[in-house]
Amino acid sequence: MNDIPLLQIDDLAVTFETRGGTVEAVRDVSFRLQKGEALGIVGESGSGKSVTSYAAMKILDRNGTVASGSITFGGMDLGTASEAAMSDLRGREMSMIFQDPRSALNPIRTVGRQIEDVLLRHSQATRHDVRAKAVEMLRKVRIARPEERYHAYPFELSGGMCQRVVIAIALACDPQLLIADEPTTGLDVTTQKAVMDLADELRRQSNLSMLLITHDLGLAATYCDRIVVMEKGRIVETAPARSLFDDPQHPYTRRLIAAMPRRTAGLRDLLPTGDAERGTAPAAWPATAARPLLEISGLTKTFAKKRGLPGRLLGKAEPPAPAVDDISFTLDRGESLGLVGESGCGKSTTSSMIMRLLDPTAGEIVFDGERIDQIPRASFARSPLRARMQMVFQDHTASLNPRFTARRSIADPILRLGRRGDGRSVDDRVAELADRVSLPQALLDRFPHQLSGGQKARVGIARAIALSPDLLILDEPTAALDVSVQAVVLNLLADLRAEMGLSYLFISHDLEVVRLLCDRVIVMRGGVIVEEGATTEVLTDPKDAYTRELIDAIPTIEPRDPRPGAAPAAAAAALAAR
Amino acid sequence: MRPDPTMSKTVPNALPRSPGGRLKGAIGDRLRLAAYIARGSTTTMLAMAMAAVFVLAAILGPAIVPYDPLASNPQAALQPPSFDFWFGTDNLGRDVFSRVVVATRLDLGIAFGAVALSFVAGSLIGSLSGYFGGWVDAVFGRLIDVIMAFPLFVLAMGIVAAAGNTVENIVYATAIINLPFYARIVRSEIAVRRESGFVQAARLSGNGDLRIMAVHLFPNVLPPLMVQISLNLGWAMLNAAGLSFIGLGVRPPTPEWGIMVAEGSNFIISGEWWLALFPGATLMLAVFTFNLLGDGLRDLVDPRQRT
Repeated sequence: MNDIPLLQIDDLAVTFETRGGTVEAVRDVSFRLQKGEALGIVGESGSGKSVTSYAAMKILDRNGTVASGSITFGGMDLGTASEAAMSDLRGREMSMIFQDPRSALNPIRTVGRQIEDVLLRHSQATRHDVRAKAVEMLRKVRIARPEERYHAYPFELSGGMCQRVVIAIALACDPQLLIADEPTTGLDVTTQKAVMDLADELRRQSNLSMLLITHDLGLAATYCDRIVVMEKGRIVETAPARSLFDDPQHPYTRRLIAAMPRRTAGLRDLLPTGDAERGTAPAAWPATAARPLLEISGLTKTFAKKRGLPGRLLGKAEPPAPAVDDISFTLDRGESLGLVGESGCGKSTTSSMIMRLLDPTAGEIVFDGERIDQIPRASFARSPLRARMQMVFQDHTASLNPRFTARRSIADPILRLGRRGDGRSVDDRVAELADRVSLPQALLDRFPHQLSGGQKARVGIARAIALSPDLLILDEPTAALDVSVQAVVLNLLADLRAEMGLSYLFISHDLEVVRLLCDRVIVMRGGVIVEEGATTEVLTDPKDAYTRELIDAIPTIEPRDPRPGAAPAAAAAALAAR
Repeated sequence: MRPDPTMSKTVPNALPRSPGGRLKGAIGDRLRLAAYIARGSTTTMLAMAMAAVFVLAAILGPAIVPYDPLASNPQAALQPPSFDFWFGTDNLGRDVFSRVVVATRLDLGIAFGAVALSFVAGSLIGSLSGYFGGWVDAVFGRLIDVIMAFPLFVLAMGIVAAAGNTVENIVYATAIINLPFYARIVRSEIAVRRESGFVQAARLSGNGDLRIMAVHLFPNVLPPLMVQISLNLGWAMLNAAGLSFIGLGVRPPTPEWGIMVAEGSNFIISGEWWLALFPGATLMLAVFTFNLLGDGLRDLVDPRQRT
């Protein structure tokens, strides 16, 4: 390995001009990236990790400037490079993979043409062989039937395939540096593994350097040689991946690692060491042997394909595949049930049907001994049962009315469905709920855009528990949160459940989070339940091949143990299937 | 029978909308916000100041003008602008400045009335179509397509000619031709948000369809609507003046910008330019002002501007 680093950043400071004055986003950032090395930049939102990489590519927003410091790429000072020189570099020497592959691709251009664009721009192909090279790139990123997919538009491809196309574009000109900015956020965990494995393999083949920007410590641990940890615009620690996790030096790194859900940690272990609650165990769940709170049997939902009148008259009706296909399960009072699966497996459709936001095609939903699938969805708003089942949404920003203050959002269910005349004003009850979810009362008069992600999550939870429901559906409540905030919110949810005797239906794609919060877990795929059982059992000894695949795909900071017993069990299962 | 002190506090509406006392505070807040927004942009500040002048002229008009706008004075006919007659006098010796100022009330009144009507009706139609979709959307959509199929000014002429030459009919005609714009904006904005998280959450909180539409969805459509309102105020004014100009709607001797331009146009060739120029320029300035106001109005109803 030679001594001249491919990318060297010294004392970088980036400032942004905003209405409120100059804001310093990044300060004193220095690191170097060797040829062929994979460097992870890890940090929570607002830590300046993306800004650092944008500065390296010189694609900062118009109001951002590199205030001081130097960026050297392959011996060339990028600080003084002209825009023309930069656009020659970008795509040919350094390329970038963005977070959302769908928005990174031009929606009205076929993916083949988009690969050709970058090849032609950097004169890496002539008009005669460009098509063959584009198809070759598609083949290289393992897109099946590349000749056919060459003509596909981004909307015709899945999220994972789109990200492969983005990788193909990024690597088309054989660059020296690949910057991947949260490349798999929003992708399913098995897709994430496939995409990252592919990127890693291609990187090793051509001795490419990679800068992986991520909030996911596990991902960085799996795919990076060295890791830079950033907090509030500064680097707090730089270390080889292994030693960073075995022996973190900085308290922030320690906190970050501790907050990560992992196999060996309990719910309370995720909290920072100073936290008063850390020592206490979450109270035991009130278990009852009475009739289950929720009984689902044969639940099915088929979305009818929209057909115009001519289509209805002429075409033959082809039966569409059901989104949820004949699933049955029960949820006991006080129980916490995890519903796990990847996007499109029907878990959200299931929860919408149970919440009566969607009418099922067939099947029964019995809530506390009462059949509710027969009540039309429009009139369920007035049903007394409405108050007894509530939901916490995944996207906390979208689930709050932007024109309502936090106070009004929390008060809304009380005003609509609350029992009147219980001697307390709505104000008092909102204040009590805010205390319960540890939301400072001073924040109650703020609008959603003035609150942080974690605060919005608390508002959403306070609103959901405002009516003291029996059943709470949690639809990926922590998927959009930073890992430290996630730790706090998960603990809050566990405490609330114990205090209020709630039953949870916890929908998630993250098995580690499910393990922390759920007694029992259901794994769904393609609208059907593939596995069901006690959480510990399913996670340590999965019976279904798909469950095993899911568990294996989770990036972890712990060395992957060979799990004795798992392999023979799999072999036995394979034999039994034969 | 003794009153329970806690009972008075159970009134559930104590929260979002508070009785009397806080209302004044709300208006005060809105004014402070307007001042804050005006400080942020010179254009908005200018537009707000000019709009204030027009509104004041509309309210105070007859009380502040130097001459009676209807009193003719043959001795002073066709005087060019002077210190006594700022905008000159017309062929009957009436003071053009007084007539221009007094006309503000009528022109602004027609514009505001028409825009208010089309805003209310268009929002209602748009909300229903956007929220329910299906046949509701199809019926209203085609109805609006029919209105849009006509050249709008010709449609307005037809309505006024058929319904009768009155100020109310100008308002109705102007409202009808502007309605499609509101209906379409509201429809698309509501349709985009119909399935969003906060609407689902509102449903779980026990809100019925109508309440979700009125309380949760519609206020979120206000910012883009405000831009439309301000553009439309200008159009509505031009439309009313245009109708009067061709002899429909307001009749002489009522002071009205369109009529004044129409009457003054006869005198331009003989050199008395001030008869048409001043009412025309005022009309242009008014349209310009309300068009400029758009961004400021949008910021005023957008909670994201409140910091």
